[in-house]
Amino acid sequence: MQIQEVPGKAGEPVASSLPVALLPGDTLQARILRVPLAIWRAMTSSPRVTVGSAIVGIFILVGLFGPFFAPYNPDATSNLFIASPSASHWLGTTVVGQDIFSQLIYGTRTSVFWGLGTGVLVTLLSVLVGMVGGYVGGVMDDVLTLLTNVSLVLPALPLAIVLAAYFPRGPLTISLVIVVTNWAWQARVLRSQTLSMRSREFVAAARASGERPWRIIFFEIFPNEIGLVVAGFVSTTIYVILTWAALEFLGLGDGTIPSWGGMLYWAQQAGALGGGLWWWFIPPGACIAILGAGLSLINFGIDEIADPRLRPERPKKLAKNRKAVA
Amino acid sequence: MRHVIRRFLFYVCAVWIAITLDFFIPRLAPGDPVAALVGKMSTKGYVTPQMQQTLAAMFGLNTHDPLWLQYFKYLGNLLHGNLGVSIQYFPTPVAALIQQDIGWSIMLGGVAVIISFTLGCLFGIITAWKRGSALDTFLSPAMNFLSAIPYFWLALFTLFIFAYTLNWFPLAGGYDAANLNPGWSFDFISSAIQYAFLPALTLVISSLAGWMLTMRNSMITTLSEDYVLMAKAKGLSEGRVMFRYAARNAVLPNITGFAIAIGAIVGGQLLTEMVFSYPGIGYALLQAVNQQDYAMVQGVFLIITLAVLGANFLADLLYAFLDPRVRVERSA
Repeated sequence: MQIQEVPGKAGEPVASSLPVALLPGDTLQARILRVPLAIWRAMTSSPRVTVGSAIVGIFILVGLFGPFFAPYNPDATSNLFIASPSASHWLGTTVVGQDIFSQLIYGTRTSVFWGLGTGVLVTLLSVLVGMVGGYVGGVMDDVLTLLTNVSLVLPALPLAIVLAAYFPRGPLTISLVIVVTNWAWQARVLRSQTLSMRSREFVAAARASGERPWRIIFFEIFPNEIGLVVAGFVSTTIYVILTWAALEFLGLGDGTIPSWGGMLYWAQQAGALGGGLWWWFIPPGACIAILGAGLSLINFGIDEIADPRLRPERPKKLAKNRKAVA
Repeated sequence: MRHVIRRFLFYVCAVWIAITLDFFIPRLAPGDPVAALVGKMSTKGYVTPQMQQTLAAMFGLNTHDPLWLQYFKYLGNLLHGNLGVSIQYFPTPVAALIQQDIGWSIMLGGVAVIISFTLGCLFGIITAWKRGSALDTFLSPAMNFLSAIPYFWLALFTLFIFAYTLNWFPLAGGYDAANLNPGWSFDFISSAIQYAFLPALTLVISSLAGWMLTMRNSMITTLSEDYVLMAKAKGLSEGRVMFRYAARNAVLPNITGFAIAIGAIVGGQLLTEMVFSYPGIGYALLQAVNQQDYAMVQGVFLIITLAVLGANFLADLLYAFLDPRVRVERSA
């Protein structure tokens, strides 16, 4: 399947990453249609990406609509303590009789959306720092590069723990802490890409026609780096979700809001491990692992599109397909 | 040489920024360490205002010195190795507490990193060499999945299976504290190994994938180089081409990673030590956070950061030493 599409796809990643706005002569409708089409093509380009997108999509749907179908209030306690999974409580109950399945669904909403939102914030900050530094150059670039490099060598998790320990507990604190400690990697990648873009002819042309720097950065150069930004966003989000869960697991989150990391924290606090309550701590961890795997599948696919040498070799199939085409 | 000096200046700058952050974070954040300590002490008995003042003086918080003066006093204290006094183990100095915990972290992390690095590189070399074989198509996605598992969950799971259900390993701690005293006795060392086995195992499992995938990608790139083709054409043995020609160049990115991982060891495997209640520096940091022992938090963070920065500096030097291209490019 995959190899078959390669000839047609040679120009495709470029086409999907090339800005829609750079193709004049299209009707507005065609332009609007092109975006979802490009996304759809990217999603179905390799089985890895398809499976990954499906996994992420399911989690987003559960996060959006799940709470409407959750069987219980996630905070409601009951007299049914430490019940193992049954028909009425699919994933059993906690030490104070809360329904774990409902907690998991509400937790999905918190974890997925705060995770994705924080991923967006990290990406925005790194785009801003990397591209402005790379384009403007001079003292501004020197300062931003120094900041980026220092931020890269400071240990992220300990710094996040220290910051989260001093500021008031809550999802916003965790989100900001993660943004502050994790933007640098992406910024460095985008800066070097912007540096090489700056000397291209289309940028020179834009400058000659009197466009302002911020417009050149965000409307001329940025669309050409969108592929890089998307890949960075996906890998950042994996990291964000893991760090998020870790910080909550360490008790730095807001314990009153149901979330995956929070569930693990309470399970640990209640001694779920020593008590053999596997149904309490396995499901949230499994959710994090599956969502992480889905995102890394997407990333693997992006890597393969970007670097054809990483694609699996299937010489036999290639020969067969060629015959079929001929 | 110019390259080395530039890197050195950069790390000096990074250390200064880290120290400054360490100074300002607690002062910018809401909350009052003395109030926290008074709260803790008043559960044991009444705390007089005089005692409060004495405590504040001990932590250097009573001063009406301007911020810049406090900052320089703080720098002066650091130069004398004075990290302040712990609140939870009042009045033990923070430096003594760190000294006591750091050995555990280094032993556990050191062994785990070395095993994981060796195995990961080996797997990476082999899967890249036999790309597309059954081994590669199984191992690469499997490793990918392993690396996506949240580490602390893997640790909980392992602990549940091997320590709780099967009872093969202890549930918590660094050694059999009830029956043994730390020392160079056979009993103590074997007990320490038994307690460290599960934490080390989970560390290896979770970091193996990173080493392997980096090695595999870098090896695939190297294998398409002309000199590898040349080596094959000369009829050299497979093992020789694989290890002496290709892997030798492909291992460079991993070497840098290795040096950095060594630095991260000192930071303690925060999550490992938390899950396994292992008496290292990461566990100490967590307890300090939970007990609002701010002096300890600051001290531990500083030590971790210094170790990481030092290791990064070494990694830079090592890279320039191993790969002459870096030296030539940078100094040109």
